[in-house]
Amino acid sequence: MSAGTEPSSVVLAIEGVTKVYPGTMALKGVDFLVHRGAVNVLVGENGAGKSTLMKIIAGVERPTEGRIVIEGEPVQFAGTDDAVRNGIGMVFQELNLFPNLSVAENVFASREITRGLRGIDHAEQERQTAILLRRLEHDIDPKTLVADLAIGQQQIVEIAKALAQDARILIMDEPTSALSAVEVEILFRVIAELKAQGVAIIYISHRLEELVRIGDYITVLRDGRITGHEKMGTIDVRWIVRQMIGSDAKDFARAESAVEEREVFRAEAISLPRRSGGYLVDHVSLDVRAGEILGIYGLMGAGRSELLDCLMGRHTHARGEIFIEGVRVAERDVTGRIERGLALIPEDRQREGLVQVLSIAANMTLASLKSFTRHIHIDARREREAVRHFIRDLAMKAPDPDREVSSMSGGNQQKVVIAKALMTGPKVLLMDEPSRGIDVGAKADVFRTMRRLAAEGLGIIFVTSDLDEVMALSDRIAVMSNGRLTGLFARADATEDKVVAASAAGHGIDRPQSSLESTQ
Amino acid sequence: MTEAAGRLNGKGMSGAALALHLMKLRTFIALFAVLVFFSLAAPNFLSTANLILMSKHVALNALLAIGMTFVIITGGIDLSVGSIVGLCGMVAGGLILNGIDLGFGYTVFFNVPEIILITLAVGVGIGIINGLLITRLNVAPFIATLGSLYVMRGLALLSSDGATFANLVGRPEYGTTGFATLGAGSILGLPLTIWILIAVALAAAYIAGRTPLGRHIFAVGGNERAAGLSGIRVNRVKMFVYMFSGFCAALVGLIISSQLMASHPATGETFELNAIAAAVLGGTSMSGGRGTIGGTIIGAFVIGILSDGLVMMGVSSFWQTVIKGIVIIAAVVVDQAQRKLQQRVVLRQMAGEG
Repeated sequence: MSAGTEPSSVVLAIEGVTKVYPGTMALKGVDFLVHRGAVNVLVGENGAGKSTLMKIIAGVERPTEGRIVIEGEPVQFAGTDDAVRNGIGMVFQELNLFPNLSVAENVFASREITRGLRGIDHAEQERQTAILLRRLEHDIDPKTLVADLAIGQQQIVEIAKALAQDARILIMDEPTSALSAVEVEILFRVIAELKAQGVAIIYISHRLEELVRIGDYITVLRDGRITGHEKMGTIDVRWIVRQMIGSDAKDFARAESAVEEREVFRAEAISLPRRSGGYLVDHVSLDVRAGEILGIYGLMGAGRSELLDCLMGRHTHARGEIFIEGVRVAERDVTGRIERGLALIPEDRQREGLVQVLSIAANMTLASLKSFTRHIHIDARREREAVRHFIRDLAMKAPDPDREVSSMSGGNQQKVVIAKALMTGPKVLLMDEPSRGIDVGAKADVFRTMRRLAAEGLGIIFVTSDLDEVMALSDRIAVMSNGRLTGLFARADATEDKVVAASAAGHGIDRPQSSLESTQ
Repeated sequence: MTEAAGRLNGKGMSGAALALHLMKLRTFIALFAVLVFFSLAAPNFLSTANLILMSKHVALNALLAIGMTFVIITGGIDLSVGSIVGLCGMVAGGLILNGIDLGFGYTVFFNVPEIILITLAVGVGIGIINGLLITRLNVAPFIATLGSLYVMRGLALLSSDGATFANLVGRPEYGTTGFATLGAGSILGLPLTIWILIAVALAAAYIAGRTPLGRHIFAVGGNERAAGLSGIRVNRVKMFVYMFSGFCAALVGLIISSQLMASHPATGETFELNAIAAAVLGGTSMSGGRGTIGGTIIGAFVIGILSDGLVMMGVSSFWQTVIKGIVIIAAVVVDQAQRKLQQRVVLRQMAGEG
């Protein structure tokens, strides 16, 4: 390996690890070094084997061949608790928290502090949790139920949980995917502090700029093999992408704008009252033309997702009017608004986008069954044709549409959700974080699809917390902060500084207690 | 993938696929096993008369289980079906014997088809109450239908002060005769009860497999939020399944009263549990989203044949209960094993393609 480091700095070494699942080889002779007091970045497309490698390190899976060496001693993990005993902590991508328990109870789950027969010492747990959270610069009450926290805050709790176990090696799988820019900064400071304390961090992310910024060593996985291992200073984003997918990739499908004069969508004074007073969405008005991509940027809790929910009719107590092609939409529920030409691609694919037990095909046609139905009978042939058409159209990897949708990779699942929305024949497409948690290749596909749909005359409103994404894709950029629209820029006048400034508007020292915000 | 690996893969798969196939057919196999066992162990078991008699017994539970299957697929449960059976039997019996007393010396009598329709409407109406409690007032299905279980049973007992409406032959001058046909009539040698089961089962299977409503039922049970966001009117779907379950229960209430020519207010106690057992035995997942009408009917037959066969063998009814419980648990254990194996087979197929 080309990263010439003195061996003493290596705290964990994976040597020649191969992992065979029934019929498939997830890892092929992987060597992976983890350095003490450093951020060890691991990248690769979905399905490259990152998760498998992490599961082996965390003791969830056992390698078929090869060994794990910690501080020069070969070890074998019979389970996750063995790994934890060896100082390995993991922050999972899919949050592994109990929403029905408090923050403190989550942090000490399965390691409760007890006082013999008198049961759990809640006060002590809460005190220690508060200390941890303060170290993470988050003022979350340890007694809060996890269900009442925003996703970003939940991620912080996950990190606190790993820290509470005195991890020497901390695995972070996509820790920033749900965080706002401010929260990411805090996380990076926490990482720097952990580094200084000698903790080795294994960092997995799809956000390449982020990796270049905080990584010390980078390892690239492709198809179960290591394709590159370098010290971070010597390489750039281009290099990473090349190692990941084997060639230089075009990031975003930046095409000529297809904006027409015709207004396709208008929202007037959309507001969503907050339970505790004030507004989650505060009288937002915006319009979209045919062929236009309107990007909505903002921090976590700015009310972006809630705005899309209001537009879609998911909140019965939301106020304001919407117009499609100049005609007022009287329908106030999801079903009615889908019929009028709105479609939402939700942020949380697993929980709101897909029905895991149904087949790929059934998921795709779920919202548009009407168009395949005569009287009460589903025309199976026409349904299958439409499914096949969209599988081709969106370049999905779905050899058998009758298979359960849970058998697909994240990127392909996202395409199923997009296909479902497109099959309703929408005039306006609402997309909430359409690229969250999918790999570079699928991301590019999704962006290309967005561009193409816009060129076909659709109006697209998409929400993102990725600044590069919003700058590259949007014809216009709307910025939200504290539920209000704080900026609206044409692509030509938008600069990162302006957009960031608008997203921070109204954020004084007294940020609203975000634990009260509903994240649905 | 190299050729060697491909071959290895194919071989490993066929073994697992075979096991998977056997497990998928487990309810069939169980049915076959009980049939073979009892035809050897119990004399006269395979006689046509006995088979038809057993089918008549099974049909009642199967009808309830069909309604229950839809409810369970949406992620709910309907504990009130047994009480609906009892109450609807009392409604039918009361209408035949006493009519409706209008209070000023007049009593309205309906003819039998009208009585049947009214009774079915009562069953559907109770389903509406269950559905409204669950969708509008957000009562958990278990609690809502547990409440209805008590209320409807109480109403059934109140309707006659606990007495039986006996001798439902009706009076020709009121046009209330002929109620017996429902339970005792037969077409082409098959009892009407079994024809009703066939009709309801076909309709239910069609709804499940070929209509948007059926797809919606599965989607609501699989992921209610995703279903709602796809424009499915979740509450309407839930209303439908409880109404349909009430309808099936009313049908059973009518058939039992007609077979016995009497309505007893305690009829149908614990029927709900047998219906749930049949659905589960047939592969319906209690967590929602999975299940088939065909599986449920086979499940009902396994349970029914098991208890009738054991009776014919002279096994004590106490043991029957124990055996029934073991069969149900075994079915769910195999179900879990099947799911695991299925995941593995899918993994292999994916690897084979990738």
